[in-house]
This record gives sequence, C-alpha cells and structure tokens, in this order.
Amino acid sequence: MSEALNELGTHIELKRPDCVLSWDVSHGELNIDVTPANIVGFVEFLTADSSCRFSSLVDITAVDYPERAKRFDVVYHFLSMYQNQRIRLRVSIREDEIVPSIIEIHPSANWFERETYDMFGILFSGHPDLRRILTDYGFRGHPLRKDFPTTGYTEVRYDEAEKRVVYEPVSLVQEYRQFDFMSPWEGAEYILPGDERS
Amino acid sequence: MDGSKGFEDALTGEQKIRNFNINFGPQHPAAHGVLRLVLELDGEIVERCDPHIGLLHRGTEKLMESRTYLQNLPYFDRLDYVAPMNQEHAWCLAIEKLLKLEVPRRAQLIRVLYSEIGRVLNHLLNVTTQAMDVGALTPPLWGFEEREDLMIFYERACGARLHAAYFRPGGVHQDLPDELLDDIEEWAIRFPQKLDDIDGLLTENRIFKQRNVDIGIVSEKEIQEWGFSGVMVRGSGLAWDLRRAQPYECYDEFDFQIPVGKNGDCYDRYLVRMEEMRQSTSIIRQAIVKLREATGDVLARGKTTPPKRSDMKTSMESLIHHFKLYTEGFHVPAGEVYAAVEAPKGEFGVYLVADGSNKPYRAKIRAPGYLHLQAMDHVAKGHQLADVAAIIGTLDIVFGEVDR
Repeated sequence: MSEALNELGTHIELKRPDCVLSWDVSHGELNIDVTPANIVGFVEFLTADSSCRFSSLVDITAVDYPERAKRFDVVYHFLSMYQNQRIRLRVSIREDEIVPSIIEIHPSANWFERETYDMFGILFSGHPDLRRILTDYGFRGHPLRKDFPTTGYTEVRYDEAEKRVVYEPVSLVQEYRQFDFMSPWEGAEYILPGDERS
Repeated sequence: MDGSKGFEDALTGEQKIRNFNINFGPQHPAAHGVLRLVLELDGEIVERCDPHIGLLHRGTEKLMESRTYLQNLPYFDRLDYVAPMNQEHAWCLAIEKLLKLEVPRRAQLIRVLYSEIGRVLNHLLNVTTQAMDVGALTPPLWGFEEREDLMIFYERACGARLHAAYFRPGGVHQDLPDELLDDIEEWAIRFPQKLDDIDGLLTENRIFKQRNVDIGIVSEKEIQEWGFSGVMVRGSGLAWDLRRAQPYECYDEFDFQIPVGKNGDCYDRYLVRMEEMRQSTSIIRQAIVKLREATGDVLARGKTTPPKRSDMKTSMESLIHHFKLYTEGFHVPAGEVYAAVEAPKGEFGVYLVADGSNKPYRAKIRAPGYLHLQAMDHVAKGHQLADVAAIIGTLDIVFGEVDR
C-alpha cells in the first residue's frame, strides 16, 4: 500500500514540482503540502492526470495553530474511485491570507468552504456565496478557532414578556470547568494549592 | 407553464404571476428533521432550492477538543442517530490507526455484526419513511416492527437502545452472550420473509413507481462533481463500496454482493437499499457462524482499555489503571489520520489531528449527508414540488450528522 503511495508521491512531485512543497507518507496516507497560490491548478491536475484521477472531493477543513506565524492549515481530502487511492493536501496560510476557491473544479467544495469560513473565518476568493452555514443567522465569531470559548458569547431564550426569542450575553452560574486530568509531571501548567510557597 | 412563450400582445392577470418562494420546513414532516428549504417555484416547478441547515448544530467538533478520546465516543452516537454504532466505528478506527492497535478477532466480528445491524436499521427507516413521504402508510408500520427487534439486540449488547457507546478503541465494551447470538440468528432467518412482504407492498406498486421512477436522476459525472458516496453512487451503477474497495475490520472474509442500480433515479436507490438489507442479513448470519468459533477476548488489553473486573479486585495496579483510564484517559501519539467506514448513508469519515495528549487537537467529522444535501439544488431543479419530498427521502438525510 505505502509503496504505491510513495510511487504516486514521486510521480506527482515530478509532474508538478512548482506546486509541491514537500510530501510524505505516514500512517499509510499520502500528505502533500501545497502553496496557496497553486492550489487550484494543482487540484485540477490531480483530477485530470490519468494515474491520479482524484475526482471526488471528500472533505475540506482547517486546523488552527494559534502559536504559528502561518496560523491555519487548510486541509483537503480527495478520493479516486478509479485508482482506489486517497490523498491529503495541506495549505498553510496566515490569518489574513485568502485561499482561492476550488469550486470551479469541484462544485461540492461550496458547502465545505462555507463551513470553513464559518468555523475559522478563512476567506475563499472566487466563492459565489460565502455565507455562514452551520451557525445561527447573525452569529459573530468563528467557533472552531482555539481562542473562541466553548461556551460562546451569547445565549438565547424565549422571553415571555416580549413574546420573542432574545439574545443575551452568556451568564454562567459557575465558571465553565475544563478539567485537566493530566499527570502533574506531564501536563499541569497550573500551581497546585500550597505549592506557590515552595 | 404560465403561457408566457409566444403570446406577447396582451398580458392577462394570470401571466403576471411572478415566481413564488416558499419555505419547506423546518417543521415539515417530509423534511426528515430540521431542514429549512427555501424553494423558488415557477408554478409547480422548482427553479431554485436553497437548503438552510445548522438548526441542529451542537458544536460537536468544538466540544470534542476539550474532552478525552473516550469521552468523545458517545458524541458519535448522536450524529446519525439512526445507525449509531457505524459512527463510533469510524472514531475507533481513527484512534486505532494512530495507536497501531490490533483488535482481537472476536471484537472485529462483533463490530461487523453490529455495523450490519445498523445498516438494516437505517435502510428500514429510510425505505419505509420515504414510502410514507410518497403516500404509503403501511410500510413504516411493518418496518418499525423489525427495527424494534433490532433495537432490542442493541439493548441486550450494551444496555442502550440508541446511544450505544459500545465500540471502544481496542475492541467492544462487553462480550455477547450465546443466547443473544442465537436470537439474532433466528431473527436473521425470519427477516428476509418480512422484507419480501415490504417488497410486495412497494416494488410493483403503481403509485410508488409513478412517484419514484425517473425522479432525481444522478449520473456518474454528477457523482464525482458532488462527492456522493454510498447508495447515491451505487444507485447509478458504480459498484463502489468501501467494505469491498478499502476493506477495514474483517470484511474481506465475508461473502457478499454489492447491488447496483441502472438509472440512478429514486426508484433504483430504493431497490439498492432493499437488496443491501438482504446482503446485510447474509453477513449477519455469516458473522454469527464465525463468532461461535472465535471465542476469546473482546478488547485488546493494554493502556487504552480497562482491566478485567476480576483483576481489579486483587491487583492494585489494575485499580490504578482503571482509575487513570477513566479520568485522564489514554494518550494518542501525535499525527493525523483519516479513517472512513461505509456507513449506511455513505462514506462516514473522521479526520483526527492528535498532538500527543489525552484530547484530540482537532477532529473533523465528514458526514455523507452533508454532501448529498448540498446537491439538492442541482438534483431537484426542474422537478415538481411534490418530487422534492421523494428526493429528500432517497438522499437519506439525518440532521444529526449534517449539522453536527
């Protein structure tokens, strides 16, 4: 399995050396790092090339690494039903960078890009209808960023007096608890009570 | 339809009718949940269809980032709540891929058995409620009787009818008693007869055919463009099934056929689902025969799985292990994997990014229904309003997984 993937990786790098930054095979999966400017051409190549034929878009998502200069990884998964292979493309971008949309090649990218925009605030150029998709109408913020609190900022309830649903800032009876069960010598970035004196 | 073609000298009141926008859902019974479709109609013809989703969005992926791997497992039951164990399966496979964990044979067989029960559960619900959407009332009443039996098998294995949390990283939670296997086998022998009954109600039914044949045709090219999977692919004649193409667990040992349709319309998808239930029943029977021989443990004992109850009574280490496992959880080495299973609705995948701690850094759930619903505008365009219900039915959408 991984031999075929290695072969495929070499083939792709040979054909499009300008697009491929690096590639590796790990856990039996082929990963390719691509520059944001080349993503559209590269995806088109992957769809058309006879030994690739990655014609099904499986998924587009992003991963947030707040400590990195290039904060987001936009991750594309493709499947070839003809070659029975999968491939993963990673595009690293800064927070203010815009990724070209691949909607021209894969119409199914539409909702995935909307979701990535909704959840991470990553903009896709050339997308015809970049609205929010999963969150509420008029929602603010991008929930899957690491700096967005799990509780969110607003809560809703039905107001009996006003006869409508009202939005209010979240008020918690007790602070939202993120339990840290890590062993003190592995995780634990806090000071245990009593330890501050030593 | 509105007579605007070739008649321009005088406009009557009827011709001034503009396109009509209606909201289909979120409380429409044929919307199968909380779907809000904004339909632009020209007379009775659908011109545009804009699905508004997210009414059931619970932020599963965000919640998962602050919980341990084991605590995240029950969230998967709540995605596609029609066939819960198939979702858990994808999560377990992703973790096992990162941990390079080998699942004992008996656990593999139990997983196959319950995945197939899940498939029958799902198809029974889908086929019969889709029939209800197009006007037949009896099939759901008959189908739900069988679903009830299957839910009881779920309950007897893990204690819950729906939210099972039965598949665990490294195996399954508990072993199955022999009586349960006997009962499942007895059910599997009796079930094809019930399927024939439903078959007799629907397959050659004039109204059912009028509502489904040549409705919502999907071609091979559209499958690629819109990223379809599962029955949506097989209904159009492509024998694509992850159980066969990229076998996971021990599916390669089983003898089953992949039914394919010819025309890719709603009727073919119905036929494919009916045949898949028969194939699943056959897999269930094969799995039971194999399970009778494969006696052994159902969990790969180690850091990721709890110790035996009897060990905890005598060994301090086991007790500590048990406590640490259910509080801190186990650590998964850093890396990223994508694991997919052939869920009843199509390819259900989990993209897992681990950072070496006890919680996933990022988990993305790839639900098949999301892509199928996305193509709604494309598939439903030019159809009549009444066909929208039939198309939604065969797209097989459950909002738990679409909205996540």
